[in-house]
Amino acid sequence: MDFFKRHFFVALSAVLGLIIIAYVGARGNLQLVFGVVVPYMAALIFVEGLVYRVIQWARSPVPFRIPTTGGQGRTLPWIKRDLGDKLDNPSDTPHLIGRMALEVFAFRSLFRNLRTELVKDPDNPEGARLIHWSYKWLWLGAIAFHYAFLVVILRHLRFFTEPTMGLVLMLDKVDGFLQFFTPAVYLSGVVLVAAVGYLLFRRITNPAVRYISLAADYFPLLLILSIGITGILLRYFFKTDIVAVKELAIGLATLHPKLPANLSSLFFVHLFLVCALFAYFPFSKLMHAPGVFMSPTRNMVCNNRWVMHVNPWNYPVKFHSYAEYEDKFRDAMIEAGIPVEKEQ
Amino acid sequence: MAKTPTPAELLPGLSYKPPEKGWMDVKPDFRPGTYCNPAAPKWMEWINYPYPAARSIPEDNWELPKDWKEIVLQGMEDRLQRFRSLKVFFDICVRCGACADKCHFFLGTGDPKNMPVLRAELLRSVYRRYFKTIGRVLGEIAGARDLTEDVIKEWFFYLYQCTICRRCSLFCPYGIDMAEMTLLGRELLASVGLNIDWAMASVAQCYDKGSHIGAPPQAFKDMVDFLAEENERITGINTMPSINRKGAEVLFVMPSGDYFADPGTFTMMGYMLLFEHIGLDYTLSTYAAEGGNFGWFISHEMGKRLNAKIYAEAKRLGVKWILGGECGHMWRVCNQYMSTWWGPVDFLEKPVSPITGTKFENASVHKMVHISEFTADLIHHNKLNLDPQRNAHIKLTFHDSCNTARGMGILEEPRYIINNVLPEGNFVEMPPNTIREKAFCCGSSSGINANENMELRMQGGFPRANAVRFVHEKYGVNHLGCICALDRATLPTLLEYWVPQVEITGISELVGNALIFPDELERTTDLRDRDLVGFGELAEEAGEEEE
Repeated sequence: MDFFKRHFFVALSAVLGLIIIAYVGARGNLQLVFGVVVPYMAALIFVEGLVYRVIQWARSPVPFRIPTTGGQGRTLPWIKRDLGDKLDNPSDTPHLIGRMALEVFAFRSLFRNLRTELVKDPDNPEGARLIHWSYKWLWLGAIAFHYAFLVVILRHLRFFTEPTMGLVLMLDKVDGFLQFFTPAVYLSGVVLVAAVGYLLFRRITNPAVRYISLAADYFPLLLILSIGITGILLRYFFKTDIVAVKELAIGLATLHPKLPANLSSLFFVHLFLVCALFAYFPFSKLMHAPGVFMSPTRNMVCNNRWVMHVNPWNYPVKFHSYAEYEDKFRDAMIEAGIPVEKEQ
Repeated sequence: MAKTPTPAELLPGLSYKPPEKGWMDVKPDFRPGTYCNPAAPKWMEWINYPYPAARSIPEDNWELPKDWKEIVLQGMEDRLQRFRSLKVFFDICVRCGACADKCHFFLGTGDPKNMPVLRAELLRSVYRRYFKTIGRVLGEIAGARDLTEDVIKEWFFYLYQCTICRRCSLFCPYGIDMAEMTLLGRELLASVGLNIDWAMASVAQCYDKGSHIGAPPQAFKDMVDFLAEENERITGINTMPSINRKGAEVLFVMPSGDYFADPGTFTMMGYMLLFEHIGLDYTLSTYAAEGGNFGWFISHEMGKRLNAKIYAEAKRLGVKWILGGECGHMWRVCNQYMSTWWGPVDFLEKPVSPITGTKFENASVHKMVHISEFTADLIHHNKLNLDPQRNAHIKLTFHDSCNTARGMGILEEPRYIINNVLPEGNFVEMPPNTIREKAFCCGSSSGINANENMELRMQGGFPRANAVRFVHEKYGVNHLGCICALDRATLPTLLEYWVPQVEITGISELVGNALIFPDELERTTDLRDRDLVGFGELAEEAGEEEE
């Protein structure tokens, strides 16, 4: 089996394995395990893992201030800098916050994406040339996916709160505004599955991306895709008992877990996949979410020349001192009429 | 030396389709022309670098020390503990591939391991195997692999096919910076004796004599004298600078390329004319005769060992502040590391232009001003007497140096100068996706501007040359301007290969061409002895006809 197949099928098998485990468990009277124990464990691993990993990163210092600058820097006061320059090359904290906000909420760097291709060009002696154009599909897929996922997660809060928060109810309305199908179809669910589908499709069909992809890249996509599909099935096709789900969720949230009787096996599959995602999160590339906040090329003010950055492990180095240098070249320097410290 | 294929031979073979075999099973092809020679032992001995040996790349045995594996892994652990960047960049890549077609080496070679994401995976896979539980347990399926001699050779091949230009980092949604990983990876290679000769020779020479080119003080003075004589011959103006003079107001530090070889020398002549024109009280130093810093291409520590001389010399000479010439990586180093390495620079004053009185607030702590800032300020205050018509024979486009563009953000100053020293309409930009922060690298920076890897250099520079050709054909551009000495050293070769009709010029050379001195000779040529358009005999003849 080649590299791609090995990595893809391992990821696929892992997700199918999780589904089977949950299904078998739910059928086999392990509902307490999959409904209560696993969710608590997953939540614990998620929180502890996340905190642990971020602390691990933070333990290493940032020895140098190395922001990647994407616009005109602050130099002479009359040199024109528009808002884009100030955000892509921030010289103060407010603009740095702006830069990070754009990065986190709008995926600014990905928005910049270009595609470069080698095209045939008979006018050139070599027969080809490079062309570059703006390419926003990856940005669109990524942002659609992340926001849809966010909305889906927020919507699920209605299971955890009684009475349901106004914000969640409002989101519910907006998300289902199409009033299509019963119960009303949530756009976010559709967008989520479509966007994850696109990202997976792209990963498999783009030769360069497929070449670099690991099981760890397919696994989260397949996992989230499965979560989305099971969720859609639960809402529209194999309708789950919402009251029972809410009872379970509130029990978990208030630390008084209760296991309602009439929860379907499909629901346990959905729940288990979500738990798997949470538990997997801190040990995977999904850590890019907290990681982007700690990326030194993005989270630092570009002010090296007027605010000194201190390296905690800075140490003195041996360099060729002027005295040694002059000792070596004194005669030649005197002969050439170059001033010296010692005339002998 | 390997024969470099012609452009017509090179391009048809270029494809971005990855091979069938998985990347962990593909070994680098050390074909002559694609790699740099390993460092000769003597250079390493000069600067006390570990494990000097006479090595040969085509040989199987690279003379690694017995415990090379422990050294590399220990080195990786140390660096993970000292650089948060490395830890974070190793952990958070999602392999989205946004960086892939941003790298000039990938675009020029089509080798998938030149996609920054995969170049990083070459290091990351080892990190996973030895520092991550999942990699230890699951091995290849977790993207982990053993550290073998083949892996080290692969690192050597690909980490010296990265010019730390940071174009990938600009497009990365998390700002993952291949440059940072390349630098730290090269440190690991250096820790087991693997360095490239071109960079190491320059470093050793610079450490010992004062500049990469290894000119001792008297030779430095000869070169400067010669350029001053050239200036006097062409303009009639004496521009002879003082050297190692105590008590000057300003220490001027330039990359050695500017006094060593054409076309950099014309830039140097431009600086000297400019300083004479405004009567700047400045001095040059034979000891800090190098602004550039090949040491940084080898390790952070070596970068510091070379860079320290600049402040040390400024202190010894008692100058007020430092003015820096046109150089990309010199300025990245001076901007990102210099004051952090040195500590508070309390022996210098906040830079103030003695001509305009402008306080360079943006340089108030590290006390070094960029020549483009300095010149732009002079022009803005009308302190220069300029005749743009003297550059009428130059149709210019401007190449942003990666380091000043993505490492500090000097974009407008050179353009402001250009627009003031060139006649209107003589400056055109290359396509927007190839300039400013999105500029393509020259393909030969970061110490790999050797001769033995010429094929690689021509491939790496292809995206840059491709954009130059576009404006050459569309607008008749005949000069490529830059504020980078490595550009001036490497782009002539690149353009000679891809777009032979375009020449390279520093921006200060254009300033030098345009400066009017009250007591100058009648100017009929530019600093390169090329006839000016509309001056001298031709202009007189034209004038007579009109009469």
